[in-house]
Order: sequence, then structure tokens, then C-alpha cells
Amino acid sequence: MKKLAAAALAGVMVLTFGMTAMAEGDVLVMATNAEFPPYEYREGDDIVGIDAEVAGLIAEKLGMELQIEDMAFDSVLAAVQTGKADIAMAGITVTEDRQMMVNFTDTYTKATQMIIVTEDSEIASPDDLTGKTIGVQLGTTGDIYVDDIEDATAERFSKGFEAVQALLQGKVDAVVIDGEPAKVFVSQNEGLKLLDDPFTEEEYAIAISKDNEELLEKVNTALNELKEEGEFQKVIDKYIASDDAAEAETEAATEAK
Amino acid sequence: MLQNLQDRFYLNFIADDRWKYLVNGLKTTLTVTFFAVLIGILLGFLVAVVRSTCEKTGKLKILNAVCKLYLTVVRGTPVVVQLLIIYFVIFGSVKIDKTFVAILAFGLNSGAYVAEIIRGGIMSIDNGQFEAGRSLGLNYVQTMIYIIFPQVFKNVLPALGNEFIVLLKETSVAGYIALEDLTKGGDIIRSRTYDAFMPLLAVAAIYLIMVLVFSKLLGALERRLRNNERR
Repeated sequence: MKKLAAAALAGVMVLTFGMTAMAEGDVLVMATNAEFPPYEYREGDDIVGIDAEVAGLIAEKLGMELQIEDMAFDSVLAAVQTGKADIAMAGITVTEDRQMMVNFTDTYTKATQMIIVTEDSEIASPDDLTGKTIGVQLGTTGDIYVDDIEDATAERFSKGFEAVQALLQGKVDAVVIDGEPAKVFVSQNEGLKLLDDPFTEEEYAIAISKDNEELLEKVNTALNELKEEGEFQKVIDKYIASDDAAEAETEAATEAK
Repeated sequence: MLQNLQDRFYLNFIADDRWKYLVNGLKTTLTVTFFAVLIGILLGFLVAVVRSTCEKTGKLKILNAVCKLYLTVVRGTPVVVQLLIIYFVIFGSVKIDKTFVAILAFGLNSGAYVAEIIRGGIMSIDNGQFEAGRSLGLNYVQTMIYIIFPQVFKNVLPALGNEFIVLLKETSVAGYIALEDLTKGGDIIRSRTYDAFMPLLAVAAIYLIMVLVFSKLLGALERRLRNNERR
């Protein structure tokens, strides 16, 4: 009985400690979906990538400690809205619908939705997607846009790589997903290619709860400072090689195989 | 407040015909559950018969070993993992209907639990019943069919009903293979409206109603089967 009481007490203490940490605001909780290379993905025990590093730099500027919470993409915005996380960075495209639910900082990068198909596919442009089965990640802009394609069936996976896996196994005809992850997926899997025409173009930003205007301002200031100091570009360069370099890399990789 | 709720209701269910995600999801959930229950009963019954025959007569040793292996594997791993294995590994490189995959996965899973429920039912029947049957000149199979099973069925019905309620709710993980069942339908709405409250509560309410209706039907069946107990 004593042991039980001690355990319960320890539990309560951990809980209170966790809550005070939140209340004091020295921890910046970031919600993300760490299956989205090169923006966020797992390397060993850590979550790395552009968003993770930029968030780390922002937290540093705010004098806070960054804590990353990994969850499904469709839960990321809800986490911010319900206060379970302070910011959400997960390659989140700014859309009108989303702006109704959360505040967005200034955008920090341009992105495209790209189409991945198998090498022998007859799909050559976004117009060919009519009537096809298309794999997407639930809640992403790709998912939302595919709704508008005539007769197309959307297969909504919880994770981007599962959609790619389904494509590799012939379960879907194409995958629509953000450009940078798409490049990573294509380079990591044989027999896939990207279509040249982007499906759409859009911009990423950090999402913050509507109730937290103060944090929004702070994060915006920090983000702009990082951009001016060139720190931001350094992070981007670290993860995304410029197009020419990337092509050379892919060619080298193909030759090596 | 009321206006707000009305707006949210409109946004989540009426706008863009979003209620269709729930209706279509419900159809999928019911289809998967129905056929998975059929597979579960069939498979569970066969396994239970093999297992209890082996225990009572010492025959069917090899089949019994196979059944034991099946029970160990299925009961020892989570149903989500089984579902993913069937979809991405066993049917690795074929385009296959996801509803079929889900039916197969949940059917196989349920079969293991049903098997143990029915075996428990068979073992709970007093040995004197077997002996009485045999002494009346019935062979083993006849004893089983005419004397044991009618009693077993009545005894296991509550546990069996429970298993089907669990199965119905367990199908909510079908979204892992991008099958749009009821839960996934709610998730899709959630991903469009960024509102957790309405879609989740609606989904929960629909499951609850289904389970209530099912329990009611089961209760009626149990009462009917008890009619012959007191004369």
C-alpha cells in the first residue's frame, strides 16, 4: 500500500512538474509529422530537417527549449488549436480554410505539389490524372486538391511513405505530395519518377493558436531575423541541394547502380 | 453559442456534402464487420472442434498443432499489425480490394478469439453428457451435433456477442490501409474542417448506436433460447 501511495505521489509530481514547465513557458512545444523529408524526419533518435532546425533556432532566439511532438499530419493543427503544442511546423501550406482555425506566421518557403508515378506509367501531366486512383497523405493540400480531379479516387494514407509504398506495389496509379519529400521518395526508391509539371504551387508557414498573438509576433520577429542573418538559408542549403546539384547527384546515383 | 454550434454543424456535415464521408464510411464498417464475423464464426468453430476433439479423443494431433500455432500468432500480435502485414506484405505487389483485405484480417483475427470461446463452451459441458450420448448408441459426431452443440451455443452466446461488439469497434483501425471506414470518414472531415469536436462525437455516437442495436438483438435471441428452460 505504501509503495502504491509513493508511486501515485511520484506520478502527481511528474504531472505538476510537466504543467509548471508549460506554464512558465520555457519550453516551446512544436507539433510536427516526422515523416516528411527533408522538412522533418527521424535520424536515429532525433527528429531532424529544415523545420526542426529552424524551430530550434527560433526557440534559441526566444530563450526557450524546443520540444518536438511527432504526430499524424491531420492532428498537427488540432494540437496547436487545443493548446497541446505552441507552434506547428510540418511543411504546412497556408490555405484560407486553415487560416480560419489558426494564425500563420510569415511564409518561410515556397513549395509545390508534385506527382510521382512509376517509370512505365502512361500519366504524363496533371491532366492525365482524370479517373485514376491517386495516393495522398490525409489532410495535406495534395489530398484536398485531388478531391477536385474528375472521377479520380483518392486513397488517403496516414503517412506519405505509405502512399509511395502503395504506388510501388501497384495499388495506386500516382501519388500527389509536396515537392521536396517527393524528390526524396523518388531518389530512395527505384522505378519511380517525378512529372515535370508541378501540380500546384504554394507557401509554407508556421501555425500558432489564434489565442496566442504574443507568440505569433515573437516568432515572426525571430523568423525575420534568421532570414536577414542568412542563418535560415544555411539550413535550407544544408538539406536541399540546388536543382542542378540535385540532378547531378541523381545521375551519379543512377550510374553507381 | 447556439449559433456557433449550428455553424459548426453546417461546416462539418452539410458543407461540401461532408456527411457522405460518414455514410459511406458506415457502409464500409458494416460490410467489413458482417463478413469478418462470418469468417470468424466459421474459422473459430472449426478450430474449436479440432482442439476439443484432440483433447477429448487424442486424435487430430497435427491439425491441433496447426490450430495452436494460429491461435498463438493471432492472439499474440495486434490486429493493426496483422492488417498492415496482410496489405503490404502478403498482398505485397498486387492491386487488391482493400475491403477484402480488411475482411480477411479482421475475420482471421476474430476467428482465434471465437475459437477459444467455443472451445471453452464445449469443455464446460459435463463429461456425463458425452457418456450418455455414447451409451445411447450415438457416435462421436452425432453426440457432438445433437447433444453438445445445442448446449454450447446457448452458453457461449453472451461471450460471442461481446466478441462481435469488440470486432465492430476494432474495425476502426482499417484507416491504416487507407480504407475509408466510419472512423476514417470522421478523420477526413477533421482534416478538412480542423474541428475535432463535431466529427469525433458524431462518429462515437454512430458506433454507440450500432452497439446498442446489436446488444438489443442479441438479448432478444438469448431470451428466446431460454424459453425451453422452465416448463
